[in-house]
Amino acid sequence: MSALLELRQVTKTFGGLTAVDDIGFDVEAGLVVGLIGPNGAGKTTTFNLITGNYRVTKGTIQFEGRPLTSLRTNRIVRLGIARTFQNIRLFQQLTALENVLAGRHCRTSAGLLAALLRTPGQRREERGAVERSLAELDFVGLAGRGLVLAKNLPYGDQRRLEIARALAADPRLLVLDEPAGGMNEQETDQLVGLIGRIKARGITVLLIEHDMSLVMRACDRIVVMEYGKKIAEGTPEVIQKDARVIAAYLGTEAP
Amino acid sequence: MSRRLLIGYLVAAVALAAAPRFLDAYQVDVLNSVGLYVLLALGLNLILGDAGLFNMGHAAFYAVGAYTAAILNTRLGLPILWAMPVSGLLAALFALLVARPVVHLRGDYLLVVTIGLGEIVRIALINDVFGLTGGANGIFGIARPVIFGQKIRKPDEFLYLIWGFVAVTVFLFHRLEQSRFGRALTYLREDPVAAEGSGIDTVRYRLMAFALGAAWAGMTGSIYAAKMTIISPESFSFWESVVVFLMVILGGSGSIPGVMVGAAIVVLMPEVFRDLATARMLVFGLVMMVMMVVRPQGLLPWRAVRFRRKDAERAEAAR
Repeated sequence: MSALLELRQVTKTFGGLTAVDDIGFDVEAGLVVGLIGPNGAGKTTTFNLITGNYRVTKGTIQFEGRPLTSLRTNRIVRLGIARTFQNIRLFQQLTALENVLAGRHCRTSAGLLAALLRTPGQRREERGAVERSLAELDFVGLAGRGLVLAKNLPYGDQRRLEIARALAADPRLLVLDEPAGGMNEQETDQLVGLIGRIKARGITVLLIEHDMSLVMRACDRIVVMEYGKKIAEGTPEVIQKDARVIAAYLGTEAP
Repeated sequence: MSRRLLIGYLVAAVALAAAPRFLDAYQVDVLNSVGLYVLLALGLNLILGDAGLFNMGHAAFYAVGAYTAAILNTRLGLPILWAMPVSGLLAALFALLVARPVVHLRGDYLLVVTIGLGEIVRIALINDVFGLTGGANGIFGIARPVIFGQKIRKPDEFLYLIWGFVAVTVFLFHRLEQSRFGRALTYLREDPVAAEGSGIDTVRYRLMAFALGAAWAGMTGSIYAAKMTIISPESFSFWESVVVFLMVILGGSGSIPGVMVGAAIVVLMPEVFRDLATARMLVFGLVMMVMMVVRPQGLLPWRAVRFRRKDAERAEAAR
């Protein structure tokens, strides 16, 4: 049985710069996997390769045994990988509910004609999409905020709204890029709880995070990157004691 | 749709229906002109206002529709109202064809491309492509439309035809607004990267916005051809595209009542200042400049939530 997501010898170059260098790791279904490393290590680039925002230069990425490397982002979402962004990318001028409905788009099908004729099927589907989207708002702790414009939500709520939008797309893999970025301690604690509940729904999570307290509490496995390469992989306990990881984060003493 | 908006529409509808009783033929004809521009602006609003695609070549689609209807009518004797759907369809196909290679372009780049498109179409018409368009003289002798044996000839009669089509359009486009399709357009205007990342096929929806907006321009073109009975390339100049663009921005990008008001003002203002003769365009230009500084969001920046409130209320009540 192969892993949910498999990266093999994945390389991405931008001109002369190698941002991701021969990376390979697996994400097993049902786990929360953390991708960590110093700034500029290539973590977000790796995410962008998985979600189709960038094309891999070399190597393969497979999701449920299916290669992703030539697919456009919207196809990848439809296959079951939804994401959030490092710098929040909500539809700021739209309500929270409309934001979550965006995630529902790929699981609904009513087209132009159905909308113009407002067929019974279209109305049923719309009702269902709204219900589900409100349920996702509830799930991330934004019950009752559906009609608030995204830009008027506090920062932590915006992060959670982005997660709700991703969840509405029925992902099997949820990819979170620095979900705790800009959050205070209390909000981070809530986020750990939320990630646990996402996992309990059977959704696999892959996340980038700098907040080590979150990573160590939330993740089952950790992959560490530095200068575009993978330098370590293992459980949080193993990673905490890994000499190369400590060196990457704290630097080494001059011999 | 909010109650206030509905009342606004009803008042406008009653006023228009009664207009021929109080206005002379010239004034009614101005209203017809407003109606045609409202239709063009509503079509462009899908592309520019909803999907956020800077299309400065809308007159090209208008021309394709008008010429399609004119050619079908004068060469094959097809009644003009029968030609209308064909005009819409051909304009939509034309839009798909020309937009496909450029649709990934952003903002200003797309703007430049669409200006080029408008000019290509206009010059192609002057050069009598396929020997069908009559060159610089255009096409003469387009028949009047006939509805239930009633020939539409006088401005009064055209008023009901044009504004009837406006009513149908407004009804349909409001439906579109609060649907999966309408939402998808809004998402890609707000943030194309986030839209694609949420699973929306941005290329497909950009093309659909172009096709639908063009279809409406095409159908409007067929009515225009029937109203004028003569069409020529100069009716579809770059200036037409600019004016329709202006209507959408001035009225309120993405707002159906907004662009209607925008169209009315852009057409009516030069009429009102007719006494100023050549200076009226100066007044017109100044008003535009002041508007954009004072009220950049447009005259009526009304935004519909892109779902039915009833659905949300019911779902909230059920939990």
